[in-house]
Amino acid sequence: MELLWEGIKHALAALLAGDREVIDITLLSLRISGAATLISLLLGVPLGIAIAQSRFPGRNLVASLVNTGMGLPPVVVGLFVSILLWRNGPLGFLELLYTPAAMISAQVIIAFPIVAGLTMSAFQTLDPKLGLQLLGIGASKPQLLWLLCKEAKLPLLAAVMAGFGGVISEVGASMMVGGNIRGQTRVLTTATVLETGKGNFEIAIALGLILLALTFAVNLLLTYIQQREQIRWPRPS
Amino acid sequence: MVGKNIFSSAVLVSLVLIAAAPFDISAADAPSKSVILSTTTSTQDSGLLDVLVPLFEKKSGYSVKTISVGTGQALELAARGEADVALVHAPVLEKKYVADGKLVNRRLVMYNDFIVVGPPADPAKVKSTKSSAEALKRIAAGGAGFVSRGDNSGTHNLEKSLWKTAAIEPKGAWYIESGQGMGATLGIADERGGYTITDRATYLAFQKRLALVILLEGDKPLLNIYSVMEVNPANGQRINTVGGKAFADFMVGPDAQGAIEKFGAEKYGRALFTPAAGKREEEIGG
Repeated sequence: MELLWEGIKHALAALLAGDREVIDITLLSLRISGAATLISLLLGVPLGIAIAQSRFPGRNLVASLVNTGMGLPPVVVGLFVSILLWRNGPLGFLELLYTPAAMISAQVIIAFPIVAGLTMSAFQTLDPKLGLQLLGIGASKPQLLWLLCKEAKLPLLAAVMAGFGGVISEVGASMMVGGNIRGQTRVLTTATVLETGKGNFEIAIALGLILLALTFAVNLLLTYIQQREQIRWPRPS
Repeated sequence: MVGKNIFSSAVLVSLVLIAAAPFDISAADAPSKSVILSTTTSTQDSGLLDVLVPLFEKKSGYSVKTISVGTGQALELAARGEADVALVHAPVLEKKYVADGKLVNRRLVMYNDFIVVGPPADPAKVKSTKSSAEALKRIAAGGAGFVSRGDNSGTHNLEKSLWKTAAIEPKGAWYIESGQGMGATLGIADERGGYTITDRATYLAFQKRLALVILLEGDKPLLNIYSVMEVNPANGQRINTVGGKAFADFMVGPDAQGAIEKFGAEKYGRALFTPAAGKREEEIGG
């Protein structure tokens, strides 16, 4: 218990004193996972909508693949991305291994099936007649998609939160493709592993608490956006 | 309505800005200006590299990417041409890679020692022997429990060679393989009241949380020798041979050797490593 207090004190001290290294690590975590979530949205939302709204042979197979992808083990993703990016590997010429770009790539592979899968279920719960009605009143195809997205706003923001939560908290892939290099690819999760390995449990706990606080802040913001247009259920009279 | 849209847009724009802001230039350095060092966890976890790497970067202008993994993996990465230089501690394994021509120019950098630690009650009576092989025999016979790293690390390799000397094949319920780093392995040995072999630096870092005590030290086979090796350019494409050699030269040069000699004295009352550049293995630990 005493150790936990030490950790909390360390976390507060580091943040209040503006510990440059801790702040840089925190910002890097936020930026890498933020970028990965953004790219996952750009890829995952259209894919989810496409699967939800179309009928083609093998559709269930594709949907199952996406659903399986929602549970991809980060360490396996990290291993495959590392081997692809090795300088003697197929993508070695890109010289990306041990850079933030490599970490973003791995995190996109982890987050985009989560976004796609949740988008898919969100759009399947929409009333199919809604689309027809909107087309009926003269909506163009892009307008239709935009309106449907607005309609599915609650589950879509849940998809954003799930995707971001999945990548900001993962350590296996970030460790492997990033290398936990000080000042370059060290993020909150890999730094926590390192400090635990060093026996610096106070610092490890402090980093863990900062990670929790960061995730909470991002989710609080997203939840706020999500719930602002909360439908008010009529009270039973 | 307007206020709401402005708020949403502001959030969206700031998210995009955070995500798209350019990343640190140092991460995107020209490849020839960056050196990939594959090394063992103990050099990083002890904090030694936090002293040596900045010193080298300042002196040479290279930027170092330190990949700290188990010695087995560190050697394999270098042999595959995925690193430019290796700093590890498993002499037997290292010599295999040098004999195969994968790694070249093996030079001793420093040493410290491994120690046998165990419960203060010492049921296997390790404390009354001075020989590491005899200590292992007693632990195996006593059934008190031994926690092995089991991860092909430098420490695990040394442990394997000690079992060989003791002519024992470690097997059975008393032999636990943790598959984890030294700190976690010490923790398991502590909880289980078992024995283990650890490098001194990690033991010192964890000492205040452990009941384990040092039961055997100073036996010659327990020497923990670190060497630096360069990567054969034939191992693959894009190997920074010049940068790798520069780092290796730096490690055996006077600046690094001087820093090694002092490192840890302030925190632990004694230096964690002894510099050994230019020495042969036989000359060490006399």
